[in-house]
Amino acid sequence: MVDNPIIKIKDAVVSYREDVALQGVSLEVSQGEFIGIIGPNGAGKTTLLTVINGLGKLVHGQAWVLGMPVNRRNGTRLRKRTGYVAQVENIDPRLPISVRETVMVGCYGRLGLLHRPTRAQWENVDKVLDIVGVAHLSQRPIGHLSGGEYQKAAIARALVQQPEIFLLDEPIASIDPQAQQEILSLIQLIHREYHTTTLFVTHDLGTLPPICQRVILMKEGKIWQQGSPESTLREEVLSQLYGTPTSVAADTASLCS
Amino acid sequence: MNLSILQYQFMQNAILAGLCGGITCSVVGVFVVTMHLSFIGVCIAHAAFAGALLGLWLGFNPLVGALLFSLTSAGIIGPMADRGELNPDTSIGIIFSLMLGLAFFFLGLMPGSRTEALNLFWGSILTVTQQDLIFLAVVTAIIVGLVVIFYKEIQAVICHRDIALAVGIPATIVFYGLLFSTGVTITASLRSIGGLLIYCLILNPAAAAYQLTYSLKRMLLIAVAFGVISCWAGLAASYFLDVPSGASIVITSSIIFGLATAFSPKRKVKGWQQIQLAG
Repeated sequence: MVDNPIIKIKDAVVSYREDVALQGVSLEVSQGEFIGIIGPNGAGKTTLLTVINGLGKLVHGQAWVLGMPVNRRNGTRLRKRTGYVAQVENIDPRLPISVRETVMVGCYGRLGLLHRPTRAQWENVDKVLDIVGVAHLSQRPIGHLSGGEYQKAAIARALVQQPEIFLLDEPIASIDPQAQQEILSLIQLIHREYHTTTLFVTHDLGTLPPICQRVILMKEGKIWQQGSPESTLREEVLSQLYGTPTSVAADTASLCS
Repeated sequence: MNLSILQYQFMQNAILAGLCGGITCSVVGVFVVTMHLSFIGVCIAHAAFAGALLGLWLGFNPLVGALLFSLTSAGIIGPMADRGELNPDTSIGIIFSLMLGLAFFFLGLMPGSRTEALNLFWGSILTVTQQDLIFLAVVTAIIVGLVVIFYKEIQAVICHRDIALAVGIPATIVFYGLLFSTGVTITASLRSIGGLLIYCLILNPAAAAYQLTYSLKRMLLIAVAFGVISCWAGLAASYFLDVPSGASIVITSSIIFGLATAFSPKRKVKGWQQIQLAG
């Protein structure tokens, strides 16, 4: 139990037709916490994030986020206050939308219908692009970016949204190691600077940021175990989680030190 | 060149229909092309055509039938594709073939001469009535107005529908709105361009503009220019060469697309991608 949880999920069940993606998951997250969520593919990690931003439909159970019950009516309001970065995706290189315009999309939800972005908001977009290190690419078509650059732009988009919760769904999957390190550093910098409650999903143990305060291990739609990095990131625990001998790499071990 | 023809009402109507049809089809086409919805659009076009033929067969206004069928098909295809019950291509293919089957079914049941039905196949911009023109102008004003008002939401959905949804934009409503706009546009342009050809006017100018710019606003303007030029050039060809107007419009827009593709600066991008893949 945590005091004044910003996220509270009780007995959540989510199913996609016959597949039950989440089975009675309960979770509380406090303001400003940085949580790593790991587990094999199909463990329900992404579904857990969709429950938090109101896109996942609960078959059973309840969820409260930012003081609001998560339901169809509150979903849009909730998403305006929640930043979401997904895995890198293939974008049509001919898409006629620039990096700067893509980042501005983060503001559109909060801005509301019938309102145009102001000059101050465009200046803020430029500032955030500078923070994430892609200011020099701002006029480039979004489809022309590399995987790492695209993810930096995606983080910039989430930042201009001024989110109270930051959901990162395998943000460094499918990108090269150097870009992975840059993005992990960026994510940690943002957390230190803004203290945004952050949930970081990954299936790759080596990509958990050292700033992680709690690790949730998921398996078969359930929270299998959770606790400090020291108590969860141990070889015997991880081998059981993944069902195969799993060694803790040096970089992951640093989380426990 | 004798331009006295311009003083006749039918020619003035045709020019205005070309202007409105060119604008509205191209604007809708930009969304169809950028969101890769070409097959959905073809399906809606055939649904409109089937609905119009039902109207002709049962004796009510064919445009009412076209509107009903196109909006219904858009309302069925969208959720089917979203829910993933079937592969989107499969579900759209089924609706498409059903609509084509219904069109020929209604055509077969129609008694007497089928001249009006055949006009709906090919369209005739030179015989557009005042009533058709008003309907087309109203639809054009509404579509352009909606695009101006909801430009940022539309741009976000084009960029990435799931991300638009994740930042709190009503992306699903915007997406269905675009599908319905396609249905209404096709209905309004049915008499002038024709059920079998209308889709080319939606696709070609937008696809040509897609080859030429990386700015969505510029793409909309270029597509509109190409659409109106296609309509007016096709109209002129139809009048001076005595050839079917709908076909002339489509051929003109196809030539524009061919030229835009040949001189597209984006071809370099394709080459660059191939190098990257090979590397």
